[in-house]
Order: sequence, then structure tokens, then C-alpha cells
Amino acid sequence: MIGTMAEAAPYVGYVYPNETDIPWSVLIVIYPYITGLVAGAFIVSSLYHVFGMAQYKPVARFALLTAVSFMFFVPTPLLLHLGNPQRAFNAVLTPHWTSAMAAFSYVAGFYICLLLLEIWFAFRADIVAKSKTTQGPLGTLYRALTLGSDDISPRALAIDHKFAFALAMIGIPAAGGLHGYVGFLFGSVKAREWWSSDLMPIIFLLSAIVSGIGLLVVLYVAYSKVRKVPVDADCMKGLARTMWAFLLVVLVIEGLELLEMFYKRLEGIDMVQRLIEGPIWYSMLIQWGGSLAVLAILTVLIVFKIRGKALETWMTVSGVGMMVAVLAMRWNVVIGGQELSKTMKGLLTYYPEILGHEGLLAVALVFTCPFIVLWLITRFLSPWEPEARKEGTS
Amino acid sequence: MSQQDKKVESKESKLVRRNFLKMLGIGTACAGALVGTGSLVAKAQGTESATAVPPPKIPDYDWNKHKWAFGVDATRCIGCLRCVEACKAENGVTQDAHHFRTWVERYVYLEGEERAHVDSQSDAQNIAASGSEKEFRFDNRYKDAKVEKAFFVPKLCNHCTHPACVQVCPTGATYQTKDGVVLIDHSYCIGCQYCVQACPYGVREFNHVMGVTDKCTWCYHRITKGLQPACVEVCPVEARVFGDRNDPQSPISAFLRNNRVSVLKPETGNAPNVFYVGIDKEVS
Repeated sequence: MIGTMAEAAPYVGYVYPNETDIPWSVLIVIYPYITGLVAGAFIVSSLYHVFGMAQYKPVARFALLTAVSFMFFVPTPLLLHLGNPQRAFNAVLTPHWTSAMAAFSYVAGFYICLLLLEIWFAFRADIVAKSKTTQGPLGTLYRALTLGSDDISPRALAIDHKFAFALAMIGIPAAGGLHGYVGFLFGSVKAREWWSSDLMPIIFLLSAIVSGIGLLVVLYVAYSKVRKVPVDADCMKGLARTMWAFLLVVLVIEGLELLEMFYKRLEGIDMVQRLIEGPIWYSMLIQWGGSLAVLAILTVLIVFKIRGKALETWMTVSGVGMMVAVLAMRWNVVIGGQELSKTMKGLLTYYPEILGHEGLLAVALVFTCPFIVLWLITRFLSPWEPEARKEGTS
Repeated sequence: MSQQDKKVESKESKLVRRNFLKMLGIGTACAGALVGTGSLVAKAQGTESATAVPPPKIPDYDWNKHKWAFGVDATRCIGCLRCVEACKAENGVTQDAHHFRTWVERYVYLEGEERAHVDSQSDAQNIAASGSEKEFRFDNRYKDAKVEKAFFVPKLCNHCTHPACVQVCPTGATYQTKDGVVLIDHSYCIGCQYCVQACPYGVREFNHVMGVTDKCTWCYHRITKGLQPACVEVCPVEARVFGDRNDPQSPISAFLRNNRVSVLKPETGNAPNVFYVGIDKEVS
């Protein structure tokens, strides 16, 4: 092996010689995964901010902070993966517009700005209040963040609300675009049998929403435990229903896609079958087994109107389950697609390295960062108490 | 990277600089005209910027006058792999069994079997037979088998008319020349490998030392000087044919005229410019 190349992937059958050097590593698995969590968290916040569903109010602002914390780290795995990360801005300064990837910085940049703006409007009253009561450098920071406006009269707050509403409205298609775009990135690669599907953007988007809701449930329960406050039962019920609905749709679409693929039996289907039974069997099992198990749990929770401690526990299980299942789905797409040789006569097996800049440790570090940032942000801008005080004002 | 490659690239980067200066010139000209000074500059720069197409990159070479294409006569190939070694040496390709700008596939039908056994020089058994990842040979594994049909198929970049790799490059570092060759500007490639994914033929490979994608250039540094690509040059049986389609007397024009040719994976819509004679349904 030469240079920094990881071990060449072992293979069976016939694969093109260059294919043994797998182009996209586990870092590119985590990239659509994190993006998806952002999209999902944002959609939950929009259910309250745009659709006025009051049961989501307890998590609406927290969801915004979650979305932005994860959004900050969306570019990280991509940068780590680049052969020449110092040239990353070439794609920004001279974008080659026939490439879906050229749009990344613009789509992501736009979305971060939108999130930050929406957060500012949603938290302005709190920032103003803190700027008046906090001393020292933190106080200066709060005062700077008021951007010189400390008007929190009902009229000003109503204007804030309008802006937040408008931004959330724009945010829905933007979140859809952001993640639909990731799906397009894969779905448009005609050279890869396992990716090249018109349904890819839809599947990516829907599974993103499900995983984002899962993340939010887990974080909400964890924060409530730490804060020693009860979890809002109505909010949990609402999240259960939303997760159930999106999960059901994505499972139906994914199932139909597989069914069509195997029914049509186009050339190379034997190898697709061997891919599912071979290199990705365990991650397919996690994806499908996990999803169906969560669907069953959610169905029971909804049908039997489970409340209280049981609801909380099983929703947490469902949240974790969905996060794991969708991570497995990302693996199946990104890695599975590359394990199926372009010759359609062979299969490769990708083994991630542990250390190294494209290894599992790097992925673990990248994935830990958003949680740390979220914790810091929620220390700085608490999404909880003021909402409780303003109960029913919107 | 070979010296010649570097030269071609340094010329290319000079061209980029020249274009930049040209644009700067236009800007200066406009500004000059606005303030009513520098009319001489405006005249001088204005004249040069009238050229729509960038001038040829190589002295005495006009890329508007050529249309390169490649032919492979698989019935002639003997699987000697001189082409693979010549390519690696000529172009400084990573010296291992996982990075190739060109390779050769062996298809063997055994008696009573419907599907071919396929391998290439990078197959582990073949590497074991050659004893090195720098020299290549096919092993003799079918010595005692009842072979019904067998043939070799050389593979290389198809320099497609509609290259999917160029389409997906986020920076434009990989591009198509006017004479029909797909190249990569190694000084501009960010190393995202989207192009590696997009190529249906698996011909793009990643140079881990430079952090950029690499590929067959049809030896652009040679063909623009009137030479043949290295793989064509060394082929002892003329299984590889190269030339200018604009020249009816060129080997490739004769090859296309005299043979019924096919291309690989036409369904991708990439419209390859490597034309094959004597390949089988199993070849993809």
C-alpha cells in the first residue's frame, strides 16, 4: 500500500481494479446522517412555529438549538474526507454548477444563516432580559447579541413572532431542500446501481425526519432528567404520532422500491441480492429490524394510549432505535453502494479503519461535537424556562 | 507525475493566469474608459480579449483541429500487459495492484459453463504469480481446464463525449478539452472523489500522496506532440489503435471504417470514445 490508503477492500467475483480503493469512507456515512438529524429537528420546531401545534411547544425552541448545533458540524466530515481540504473553497469560489456538490456550501450556508436568524427572533426577548441582568464578559456578549434593540413591548414581540414564523416557513422547504439535495447527490449517480434511484431524495428526506425526531425525543428526555422536571406527556404523544407517520411512509416507500427492484429483475439483480445477503446483511437487519420494531412500539403506544413513565421509557427506546436504524440505513446506502461493484460481477467489503483521519475514532469525535455545542448553547440560551412562563401566549 | 505531465500542467496554469490577466485587462479597460484615461490600454487589451476560445496550450498545437479517439481490437490482445506497465512508468501511476489508468481483463468460458470467469492483472493469484505489485502477468490457472473460449479485453478511460465525471466535479478541476480528452487539473482538484463514484467504468483512481484523483489522459503530453499514447506504442500486436478522427487516413479512422464496433455501457448515455471490436456480451 502506498501513502495513506487504508487496506484495500477484499472482494469476491470480478471488480474493476481501482474499485478496491473504496472512495467514500465511513465519514461520508456520518455526513448525510448528521444532515438528516438537522432536518428532522427543524421539522419538529416548525410543527409548532408554522403549524401552531401547541403540543410541540415544549421542544420547539430546543429543536431549533439542536438543529443549529448539528448543522455546524455538517461540513466537518466532508472536510476531513477531502484529499486537499485546504482547497475546499474552490467549490465555493468557482462552483461548477452541473455538479450537485457545488451547491453544498450555498445550501448549507443559507440554511445556517436561516437557522441563526430564526433562533435570534425566537430568543430575542430572552437575550434582552439576560443583557440587563448579566454582568461581565457574558453580559457584554448578550448585549452585543441584542443588536442594539432592547424593545420587548408586546408590539415588538409580535413583530418578532411574525419574522420567526416567516423564517420557519422558508425553513421547511429549505430543510427539505437540504436533505433532498443529499439524496440527489447519491440518487443521481447513474454509475452506481444501488444509488441510482429517483426515490433516493424522498427516502433520504423522510428517514431524516424520523431520525431527527428520534434524536429530539432522546435529548428532551435526557434534559428533563437532568433538569429534574417532568416530561410533557402531550408533547411525547405528539412526537410519537409524528414519528409513527413518517416512519410508516418511509418504510412503505423503501419496501416498494426493493419490491420493484426484485420484481423487475433487471440485469445484475443477482449481485444486488448477494449484496443484501452478504456485506450489508447485518446493517440491513439493523435498519429493517430496528425500524419495524420501533413501528410496532409506536403503534402500541398510540393505540393503547400509553401515558406516564411507560410512554417516556418506550419513546426513548424508539428514539434511540430510530437513530440507530437510520444510521444503519445511511451505511447501507453509502457503503453498500460502493460494495456493489460497477462490474455487477463482484462484491467488495469495506472495513473502516479505527484511527486515522477517516477512521471510526474521527467519526465518533465528529459526532460528539454537536452534543457538546448543544450543551454549551443551552447553557447560554435556555430554551426551557421562559417558554414555561409564556405558556399560552402564542 | 512525469516531467511531461508537469510541463503540460504548468502550461495550463500559465493559461489560467493569462485568462485571469485578460479579465483583469478588460476590467482595467472598462475602468479606464470610464475615467477617460488609459485608452491605449483599453485598445491593447480589448484586441486580445476578442478571442472567444482559449488559445492552444501547447506550441504548434491547435486543439480545435483534432478529434482524438481510441480503438481496441480485443481479438488481437494477448494479455502480455506491456501496456499496463508502460502506462504506469510513463505517467507515474501509484505502483500497486489497486491503482491503474489502464488494465486488461481476461474472460474465460469453461466447457459446460454459461458465465465467464473474469479476472484482471490485479487479481491476487495473478499478483502472486508475478511476485510483485509493480510487474504484472496473468497466471496459468486454466492450464488443466477445458477452456471453450477465452479472450482479453484492455480497458482504459473512454474519454466520453458526455462524461459523467466532468458533470459531477464541484470545482471544474476535471474538464473536457476541445480535442475530446478528459483531463484533471491536479492543482485545482479538492479530492472529493465524486468523479470516482460517477464513472461507470471504474477508470478513475485516487492518488493518496497528492490527495487528488487521477486518470488516463490518452498521454495528452505525447499526443499533442504527434506521438502515440504509451500503451499504444508498446502494444506488440496492435490491439490498441489511436488517432485523429478528423484525419481520414489516421489508424482510428480506418479502424472505425473497417470494423463493426461497439462501446461499453452505452445505456449510461456517456457516449464513450473508446471503440471495441471482438468483445462479448459478458464484457461491461
